[in-house]
This record gives sequence, C-alpha cells and structure tokens, in this order.
Amino acid sequence: MTDTGPAIVASRLNHWFGRGEARKQAIYGVDLNVARGSLTVLMGPSGSGKTTLLTLIGCLREVQEGSVRLLGQELADAPERRLVALRRRLGFIFQAHNLHESLTARQNVLMGLQVKPLRDRTADSATAAHVLGLLGLSDRLDYLPANLSGGQKQRVAIARAIVGNPDVVFADEPTAALDRDSGVNVVELLRRMGRARGTTTVMVTHDNRILELADRIVTLEDGRIVGDTSP
Amino acid sequence: MTRLLTRLLGRLPIGWLQLTHSRARMIAALAGVAFANVLVFVQLAIMGSMSIATGRPYDFFEAGIMISAADADSLSDGNNVARQWLFQALVHPDVTAGAPLFVGNVTLQRAGSTMTLTAFGVDPTQPAFLEPALRPAAGLLTLPDAGIIDRLTRGLMPDEAAAISPDAPADFEIRGRTLTMYDGFDGGGGFGVDGYLIVSDQTFLKIVQNRQSAAPDHVLLALTPGADAARVSAELRQLVSDKSLRIRPYAQARADDIAYQQTQRPTGIIFGFGVVIGILVGLVIVYQVLSTDVADHIREYATFKAMGYRQRFLLGIVLEEALILATLGALPGYLVARLLIGGMRRATNLPLELGVTTAASVFVGTIVACALSGALATRRLAAADPADLF
Repeated sequence: MTDTGPAIVASRLNHWFGRGEARKQAIYGVDLNVARGSLTVLMGPSGSGKTTLLTLIGCLREVQEGSVRLLGQELADAPERRLVALRRRLGFIFQAHNLHESLTARQNVLMGLQVKPLRDRTADSATAAHVLGLLGLSDRLDYLPANLSGGQKQRVAIARAIVGNPDVVFADEPTAALDRDSGVNVVELLRRMGRARGTTTVMVTHDNRILELADRIVTLEDGRIVGDTSP
Repeated sequence: MTRLLTRLLGRLPIGWLQLTHSRARMIAALAGVAFANVLVFVQLAIMGSMSIATGRPYDFFEAGIMISAADADSLSDGNNVARQWLFQALVHPDVTAGAPLFVGNVTLQRAGSTMTLTAFGVDPTQPAFLEPALRPAAGLLTLPDAGIIDRLTRGLMPDEAAAISPDAPADFEIRGRTLTMYDGFDGGGGFGVDGYLIVSDQTFLKIVQNRQSAAPDHVLLALTPGADAARVSAELRQLVSDKSLRIRPYAQARADDIAYQQTQRPTGIIFGFGVVIGILVGLVIVYQVLSTDVADHIREYATFKAMGYRQRFLLGIVLEEALILATLGALPGYLVARLLIGGMRRATNLPLELGVTTAASVFVGTIVACALSGALATRRLAAADPADLF
C-alpha cells in the first residue's frame, strides 16, 4: 500500500529520560509534520532535544507519550517486526560514522544493500562502487576505515545510508567532517534524491554553510520547537 | 576464503572478516581451541587405551561363559571361585567343556631389569580355551616351569623378545625360581602391569603364593555351537547352588570390566574428568574471545540494528565466528595431539590411538561447544541499542 501523506507526523510528543526523582523531560509536546521529498534541518543548542527527536521519529527510540507516524505507520507500541521493516526503508548517517572497522568501504556500503530482502544481489557490488564513486571515493573502494580520512569515512557512511534508495534519511551532523565543497556536494546529493525519488531528509546540523540548501529549518530549545522557517 | 564464505552464507562473511581483522586475537583464540582439542584428544586416547588394555587379556582366551566371584569386577580383582562350580556347570546340556583360569601378578627379573606381569594359569590340556594363535604353544606349557611371554612387555628389549622361540628359549627369574619362556605373543602393556605371561595352572601355583588348584579366579565354559550364552548363563544361575556367583557370557564379562575401569576406578574417572576439563577450557576460551569481540563491536552491531538487520542476523555473525574457530582450531589440535599421543605410545607401550571416529566425534563436539559459547556470548548483543548511536 502506497502512502502519499507526510513522511513524518509527530503529535503531542513527550519524552523523558531516567526514572523516579531523576526523571527529566527532554521533549515537550512536539508537533511536527515533514513532507515527503523535503530536506528538513533540525537546529538548536546542545541539549535542546534535536537528537532525541531524531531518534524518536527515526524509530530508534521507543515512543513514550504522544504519536509518531513514519511513512504512514504508527511507531507508538509498534511491534519489533514492524520497526525492523520500517528501518529497512530508512537511511542513517551518524556523526561518528559507525563504519565496521573490518569491512572495506565497498563492503560497508554493501551492508546497506544486503539488508533489503528478496532482491537480485548480482549487481550489489557494482551499485556500491557506483555510489561511492558519486561521493568521490572510486579510488578507495577496498580501503578499510582505518586507512581513510575522517571526511572519507563520513562519505562512506553517507554512501551506506543512501545506497538502498531509502524513503527517509536521518542524519546527525553529516557534514561535520567535510570541507565546504564536500559538505555542499553531499547535501546537494540528498536534495537531488528528494527531487528525483521523493527521498525525505531530516538532518541535525550546526553547519550554517548548508542552511540555504534546506527546504525547512526547525529550531528546538529545551525540548520545544521555537522556530519553523523556510529559507 | 572471503569469496567462498560469501557464496556459502549468501552474505558478507562478517564473522570471518572480524576474526581476520584482529589477527593476534584470532591466533590466540585458535591456540585456545587447539589446546582444548589437544586436552580432549589426549584424554580420549588414554581412555581408549585403557579400554583396549582392559579388553586385551580377554582376547587371549576363548569361552562362551565365565564364572567369577561376586566381587570380581575385573580379571584380576575379587575372590576365587570353587572349582566345584565348574563341575556343576558341566551338567548343563549346552556346556561342552570347562577350564579353570588363574590370574595373578608376578615380578620377573632378567639382566638387571624388573618387570611386573599378569600371569595367567591355564589347563594346557585344553588348548581350545586359548585363542587360536596361542594354541600351538599350549603343548610347551606342559613342560615344568615353562611359559610364553608377551613380546610387547615394557622393559623387555624388542630384539630379545623377538628372538624367544622353542629353539631359543629365555630364562627369567621369579622369586628365586627360574622360569623358561619358550615362545611369545603380542599382548601389550596395561596401566597396572608391564605385560602378560601365560603358564600352566601347575606352574602358576608354583610362582604365585598362597593359591590352590581347587580355587581358580575364574571358570571358563565352552558351549555347544549356536547356544545362546545369555540364556545358558541365566539357566546356570538357577542350576548352580551358589547364587552369589557372577555367571555371564564371556563377552559380557569383558564389557563389564571395561565399564568398571572407566566409571568405577579412579583412573577411569580421572581420565573422564580430563575430557570434561578440556571441553570446559575450550568453552571458556571461545566464550571469552567471542564475548570480548561482541563488546568491541557493540556500536557496529547497534548500527546494523538501526539499518534494519534482525537480532538473528547478529547471532549468525557470532555463531559464524564460533564455527570458524572450531573448524580452524580443530586441525592444529588434532596434529599436535597425534604427535603427543605417538610419543606417549612409544614411551609407555600402551595401545594409545587417535582414530578417525574419535577425531570426527571431537570435531563435532568442538563445533557444538563453540556454538554453545557463541550462543552464551550473544547475550551481550542485547546491549546493542541503536538509540545510543546518536
């Protein structure tokens, strides 16, 4: 069943960390709709709840109160099987890369393809090489992460996230380790995917260089949305 | 190897890649698995040799049924039996003949070396109770103070043992008495004695003190061809008036003795315990390697979870590592164990062997043990929370 509504709908979303007297609220009644194919930037100072919100709408963290509908499916009280199926339609770019140290760049990217069930795998290796080439890593296909620079690792992580043509990409500071040109190229690539395939991108960043490329900038402070603009 | 495993698994062999990425750790793990294999192989070989050594003297004789005292758990253990039970047993229509069997340990001396042998005293006029290869020598046993000696006796020089024959007999000293060996046979040492000696019942009574001809250690019975030894044994138990006697098919007595040595005697228990220790050492080593490996890669595993890989995929990686360690560790373990067992065999003359069946069984056991360790190590995977990645 194809869902044509917003990619993400969060309603009256609250979230706490800790228990008992140590319990602290991190997200306060957040309402957020993210359109399909858009590139949304989450901004805010440290501790404002950006990353918590990203993990909640990215079905990595359990929804405690309120509702999150991701790609038309409710995440609150969702069974693990549904979460796993949804995650396969997503792409994650982590600030710390989280590449597998014993896999080459190409093999790390292949992991983003192998998770997709019931596909023809004969072209996987070529596909992984192609995406790495788009990110300027054609000459680093068989390099282990230990032999790549920080920026190269980040681009491998980006390739891993997008190689499976995800419906939504969640990114945490994806351009932090990249120079200006590389950072802009990556965000341009994500924008092109949005235009061409309807891939939605939600990105946490402090990088002012790429704000002008965003469709929408959502600002959080103290777990609340305090700004929502389109540049 | 990576390509082969990719084809076999239908995915990237992440377990293999992880193991080969940390070579020092992999070598340490393989050494641990190999060491555990060596322990198990050697202990099994010793246990096996104990079974062979225990059963070997039974091969010197042929009988359908053996009558022993109630406490005779092995050939050389327990009280004597009265010879009258032999005569009572002969009443049974399926019992065609009977012969006493005397068993006792003696100390032989020759050219400064001392050997402890188990001596068997048999009736030389009934060679049918000896195994076919020994029957031709039965006539020699009718000579006074004559015997045939185990050529594989520890302490007996091989060339000297090989030279013993009716034409070139060799004299040995037993408690100040000269015993002449007219022939030899291949016995093989055991755990308690250096070898075996077969003499006539009359000679036996001369070289072993405080024994009487009316009280052998066992009674051997021959049966009519085709007679069921178990049935005849049961009928004899009804027929013989001493109900405490152990009347068993000869093959059953042999099996009982081996089981007794393996499960009741301290040596058997210790060797069995050694096998268990070897398995436990292997389990602990593999568990430690795998659980450390899981802990070291916890963020990568959490990343896989975030990407949509199921828990069973992660379990598959850990089990893949376990099976690789089991497979690659087994071969060096087997080779080192063969070397050790060969050296032990030459040093002790014990029938130590490492058969293909044992090796295959240990290999399967290693895989099971490693998989078990892997399954235990995967409990740590629950800590891989993708929410912690951001």
